[in-house]
Amino acid sequence: MKRDKVLNMREINKAFFGVRVLEDVTLELHKGEIRALMGENGAGKSTLMKILTGIYQLDSGVIEINNQQVTIKNPLDARNHKICIVHQEIALAENLTITENVFLGSELSRNGFLNGQQMIERAQRVVDSLHLNLSAKTKVSKLSIAQQQLVEIAKALVFEADIIVLDEPTASISEDEAQQLFEKMKELKAQGISFIYISHRMEEVFEICDSVSVMRDGRMIATKQMNETNMDEIITLMVGRPMENLFGEDARPTGSKKIMEVKQLKNRWLKQVSFDLREGEILGFSGLVGAGRTETARALFGIDKFDSGKILLDGKEIGITGVTDALRHKIGMVPEDRKGTGLLLDASIAYNLTLLVMKQYIKAGRVNHKTEKRIVDIYSKKLSIKMVSPKQKCRELSGGNQQKIVISKWLAFQPRILILDEPTRGIDVGAKAEIYQLINQLAKEGYSIIMISSELPEILNISSRIVVMREGAVTAVLDNANGTVTQEEVMHWAMGGQTL
Amino acid sequence: MKKQRKTNALVEVIIDQGAILGAIIVMCAILGITTQGLFFSQSNISNLLNSFTTNCILAFAMTCILIVGEIDLSVGSWIALSGVSICMMLNAGWSFLPALAVVLIGGAIIGGIVGAVIVYSGMPSFVVTLAMQMVIRGVAELICDGTRVSTTNEELYRLTTMRILHLPLPTILTFAVCLGLSILLIRTVFGKHMYAIGGNRNAAVYSGIKTKKIIIITMMLTSLLACFAGVLVASRVTSGQPTAGVGYEGNAIAAAVLGGVAFTGGRGTAFGALLGALVIGIMTNGLNLLEVNVYWQTIIKGIIIVLAVYIDTIKKKKMV
Repeated sequence: MKRDKVLNMREINKAFFGVRVLEDVTLELHKGEIRALMGENGAGKSTLMKILTGIYQLDSGVIEINNQQVTIKNPLDARNHKICIVHQEIALAENLTITENVFLGSELSRNGFLNGQQMIERAQRVVDSLHLNLSAKTKVSKLSIAQQQLVEIAKALVFEADIIVLDEPTASISEDEAQQLFEKMKELKAQGISFIYISHRMEEVFEICDSVSVMRDGRMIATKQMNETNMDEIITLMVGRPMENLFGEDARPTGSKKIMEVKQLKNRWLKQVSFDLREGEILGFSGLVGAGRTETARALFGIDKFDSGKILLDGKEIGITGVTDALRHKIGMVPEDRKGTGLLLDASIAYNLTLLVMKQYIKAGRVNHKTEKRIVDIYSKKLSIKMVSPKQKCRELSGGNQQKIVISKWLAFQPRILILDEPTRGIDVGAKAEIYQLINQLAKEGYSIIMISSELPEILNISSRIVVMREGAVTAVLDNANGTVTQEEVMHWAMGGQTL
Repeated sequence: MKKQRKTNALVEVIIDQGAILGAIIVMCAILGITTQGLFFSQSNISNLLNSFTTNCILAFAMTCILIVGEIDLSVGSWIALSGVSICMMLNAGWSFLPALAVVLIGGAIIGGIVGAVIVYSGMPSFVVTLAMQMVIRGVAELICDGTRVSTTNEELYRLTTMRILHLPLPTILTFAVCLGLSILLIRTVFGKHMYAIGGNRNAAVYSGIKTKKIIIITMMLTSLLACFAGVLVASRVTSGQPTAGVGYEGNAIAAAVLGGVAFTGGRGTAFGALLGALVIGIMTNGLNLLEVNVYWQTIIKGIIIVLAVYIDTIKKKKMV
C-alpha cells in the first residue's frame, strides 16, 4: 500500500503572551490513517489542532497539505483545505434540523435565496451513508448525544473532508455508541479519509488507531505505530516518568457495617434500584450510559424525587425531597458535569472551596478570613491543588485541579457518604492517579463512597463492590474485595445477561 | 494585623474601580474649568446630589437583582406607585412613619410575590417584570385618577430638605444603604449565595443553596429599595405623580453596569453601582450646565454606556 502524505506540519511554534505553548512541533499524517494524539492536559494537543483548523494562527512553521504549502487563517480556510474538527463539546444548534446544522455557515444558495431541496438531499445522502436511519429534517434536539456526534461527522463529510479531527468524541457517549462510531471511522478510513483522534482512553486508542503521537509540555515527544508500543510505554511518554501503578494499592477497603440501604427506589428514570452501602467502602456503579446510574445518584442527593421506595440511614428510614435533606444527612455529591453543575468557574478557588461551609467563618456580618484561609490551606495541601493563589479563578485551572476543588468543597463539608459521578472524566493521567489515591485514602478514613464511572478499568481497580445497572434497574452486585471481577462479567450484566 | 487587612481592602477597591474613579475625577476637573467654577457651586452640587440619590438607590436595587442573574424592569413604575400611595395616605390622615412602613413593606411583599411567580413558573424575569412595569404604573394612575396628588405633610418635606453636618439627608441615606448592602453582599452567607446563584445556578442547586428562596428575598429587597426611591422623589416635589419614574430602569441598569455589575449575573458591588450612578449624575448635570441640546444628551449617554460595557468585556476577556 502506497502511503501518501496528506498532512505535514513542520516546526510549528506558538506563544501566548510570551509563554511558549508549542515548540517546534512536527506532525505527519498519511492517507487513510487514524492517528491518536495523546498527552496530559496542557501538553499542547488542542492548541496544535486549533492551529490546524484555523482558530489560532501559528507564529512560525509550515503546514503542507498534499505536499503543497498552505496558510490557514480562519476556520473557513481549513474547511476549504478539507480539514474538519469535531469538538468535544458538541456545537450544534439544537433548535435547527440536521440539514440546517450540517450547512450552518455555508448554506447553499442561488442569488441569495436558500437552496433548501438540494441541501436536504445532500445531507440525507450523508446521513444514510452513516447508517443513521434518520430523516435529515429531524431537529437536533430530538437526537441522542451519540447521534449528534455523528451529525458533526456528517458535517465534515458533506464538505468532503480529507482530514477529520475528533476531540475526545467518546467522552459523553456509551460504550455501545462508541463501538458504532468506531465502525463508521473504519469505513471512512477505507475510503481514504484520515483522522486525528484525541483521547484520554487508552483502550480505545489501541482498538481504533494505527499510530500514536505523544505530546508533552508543548513538544512532540514521540510517534509510534500502535503494534510496536504498549500502554505502559505511552503513559511513560506522556508523564515523562514511569507510572508505577495508576490505581494505587491492590488492597481494597472492604468496609464494615451497613450505613445506608436503598430499597426499591422508583421514579421516571428508575425501575427498581436496591443496594446497600457499607461504611468505609468504595461502591462502584457500572453500566451503559442511560442505565440510570446518574439518576440514582440524583435521587439519593435530592435533585430528583422518587415515587416509591425507601432510603435507610443507620437502619432508620429518611426522607429526601431536596438537596437540603441530603445535606442534613451528610450526603455529598460531586456531579459529572464539572463545569455545568460542579463549579462557579468565574469565582475564586477560595470561594468555591468554602461554599458549603461559609457559616463557619461568616457570622453576624463578620468575615473571619483566618478561618477561611485555614480551610483552604487544609484542602489545597491534602489534595495538592496547584494554584497561584486562592483568589485565582477556577476557569484558569486545569480539569484535574478543578475536579480537586469540587472534591475539596465536599470534604470541607465533612460528609459521611460521598457520591462521585465520573470523577476522572476529561482529566489527564497524572491527575487521575492522584484522584484514585485520594478515593482510596478517603475510604480508609471512613468515608463511604459511591463512585459512578463509565471506564471499566477504573471501576474494576478501585471498587470494593460493584453495582451493575441496566435500564433503570440493578442487575447485579459483585464482590470485588480481591479485585477478581472481570471486564466480561460486568459487561455481561450491563448488557442484560441473566445468569452466568 | 487587622488594620493592614483593611487598608488592603481599600487599595483593592481603588485598583478595581480605578478606571471609573479616574473618570469621575477627570469629569469633575473638566467641568470645573469649562463652567468657570459653576459646577462646584453649592446650588449645583445639591442639584446634582438630588438627581443622583434617586438613580443611585434604584441602581442598588438593580444591582441586587442582577447579581442573582435576574432583572427587574418595574423599578421605574414603583417610583410612581409608592409616591402616589404615600401622598394619598398622608392626605387621608396617616402619620408619616406608619405610611412609610406600609409603602415599603407593601412593595416588598408584592416584589416577593412577583419573585415567587418567576421562580416557580420558570417564566423569564425580563418578561414578567416588563408586564409588572405596566401593571404597577396602571395601578398608580388608577388610584389617583391620573392626576398628581399634592400633600403638605411636613415630615415628608423634611425627608429631603433636612441636613446633617451640611449634607442633605437623602445623600446620607444613600451612603447608608450602600454600606448596608455592602455588608449584606460581602459579609453574610446570604450575600455570598446570591453571587453563587448568579454565577452558576445549577452549581448552586448542587451545593444545596436554596436558590428559589434567595431569589424571592432579593426581589423583595429590590422592590423595597425602588419604593424608597419613590418616596424620596415624592418628598422632593411634595406630591405623588403617576407619571414619575418613566424610563428610570434604564438609568439604573446603566449605572449598575457602568459600576461593574455583570449583566449576566454573579458579579458586582454596591460601591461600584454608587460610582456608576455618580458618573451618570455628573454627566447629566455637566451636559446641562454646558447647555448641550437635551436630545444630544440622550445620544451621548447611550454611547457612553456601550463604551463602558465594551471596556468591561475586554477586561474580562483578558482575564480568561
